[in-house]
Amino acid sequence: MGQLEIEKLTETRFVLQMGPHHPATHGVLKLYTEFEGERVLKIVPDVGYLHRGIEKLAESKTYPSAMTLTDRLDYISSMTNNIGYCLAVERLMGIEPPPRAKFIRTMVAELTRLSSHLLWLATHALDIGAMTVFLYAFREREQILDFFEKICGARLTVSYPRIGGVRVDINEKVLDEIYKFTEIMLKRVDEYEGLLTENRIWISRTKGVGVVSSEEALSLGLTGPALRGSGVYYDIRKLIPYDAYPEVDFEVPLGENGDTYDRYLCRIKEMRQSTLIIKQCIEKIPEGDILTEQAPDIDIPHQGKRQISAGDSLWSGFIQFVDKKTELMPPGEIYSAIEAPKGELGFYIISDGSGRPYRMRVRAPSFIHISAIPKLCEGHLLADVIAIIGTLDIVMGEADR
Amino acid sequence: MTYTKEIKELIEIDEGVKIIKGSNVIVTTLDKLVNWGRSNSLWPLTFGLACCAIEMMAAGASHHDLDRFGILFRASPRQADVIIIAGTVTYKMAPVVKRVYDQMPEPKYVVAMGSCACTGGIFNTYSTVQGADQFLPVDVYIPGCPPRPEALMYGLLKLKEKIMKEQGRWGSWR
Repeated sequence: MGQLEIEKLTETRFVLQMGPHHPATHGVLKLYTEFEGERVLKIVPDVGYLHRGIEKLAESKTYPSAMTLTDRLDYISSMTNNIGYCLAVERLMGIEPPPRAKFIRTMVAELTRLSSHLLWLATHALDIGAMTVFLYAFREREQILDFFEKICGARLTVSYPRIGGVRVDINEKVLDEIYKFTEIMLKRVDEYEGLLTENRIWISRTKGVGVVSSEEALSLGLTGPALRGSGVYYDIRKLIPYDAYPEVDFEVPLGENGDTYDRYLCRIKEMRQSTLIIKQCIEKIPEGDILTEQAPDIDIPHQGKRQISAGDSLWSGFIQFVDKKTELMPPGEIYSAIEAPKGELGFYIISDGSGRPYRMRVRAPSFIHISAIPKLCEGHLLADVIAIIGTLDIVMGEADR
Repeated sequence: MTYTKEIKELIEIDEGVKIIKGSNVIVTTLDKLVNWGRSNSLWPLTFGLACCAIEMMAAGASHHDLDRFGILFRASPRQADVIIIAGTVTYKMAPVVKRVYDQMPEPKYVVAMGSCACTGGIFNTYSTVQGADQFLPVDVYIPGCPPRPEALMYGLLKLKEKIMKEQGRWGSWR
């Protein structure tokens, strides 16, 4: 509907406060929406209902212990958050994990991508009205969480990687089980596609909804499958490879039209690629150490001391001690990004040489995707707003931090 | 009289529940009957706040399946009996949670799921409420970060036990 037509009908303007308690807003997102009949005129997202102060809290924790906070950022894919954080600190320190750890990390990151996409598929389909997909997707998700439990003992908030490697080695038996699972998983993805891809209701609810061109997507700052659905080749796993990604073969699926349906297809194809990456990782995994020797001690706090300078505030002086011991971390700044399931997850860390990050800023894909909601919802119906929130794959823990 | 004769044939089938032999009559207290009905159809509110909501979803989905306990998730507070505080409550969110709780009809129960809802957990910061019990009457606390679906099930079964022990909570006088 064009702008002129909307202005003709502005007599019955209807305001709806959607959220923060709404089953389809994926957490505690609030949308202030104005409608003309059922057409969206204006949407203003209101974030901050889950602001827990993670960035500030990280400043009072040491580098190894701040990693537990990154679990709670994007709680659906905690493994990739941990890896992103560890990678940033490793690049700051100039160390590199041993090859076995790299392969393990790549494998668990892809398992996480699978579980994240499964949860996205489940909730997205549930919002649009397909209940069966929800039950199907959670069946496989439970299996993946069982693997995490076998690997490290936790289901959701894992804290499995360490700065300079991973915490524990993976059992051969578990690797066999995961290998068997990948073969099942490929069939399961076909099953989901059989339910949705050619489903008439699914197509009419998703095709042409939330269209974003490649230029618009780039200027909005979209990343991950939301950007690739518009046909832009941007995947950090390929462009700035980290861990064992240079050593495995995979394709980056791209969409064409940039609508909800293309983003759906993109993620489905990505799930297949992830399965293949896991397979390759298990085949190629070398023997050896899992933690490099230069890795920092877990109990840094007793050694790490900050030094007071005249310009520092009283508070920073309070947590620092006057002690001129050796520097634990090289002072400086670093921005390091990885390809999280939802998009580019970046960590910007400022180090002042002590055992604690001076500042940790998180570039969370969800936060930037929320800012794209008003643009994507322009001129759509109320029911399509739900589909658009679902397709952007938002997690509020990461957006509000 | 046959009436007195039948009364003598009361058989106790459970604690406080008697059956008259040869008929479809069960004799028990109203407390027991109401509590039995209430505890077997606990309808929680679909209300996720943070990480624990994912485990709550997992508990309700195919593998763990809360439906077999009569626990069905409802999207409206008007139809819910239990509110599961699944995740961190921030100062911005607390009035909303309180309002949703106020919208629920009596009798209503609160389950605090996870460390954040119990005590604030690792988030001892300027923006986090240190436990849902600061503004809601919590019935069951489930620790863990996040608790497993099995732990949530155990917590809800504990709530069931608690409801079974209630007395006189069915009249308008409460």
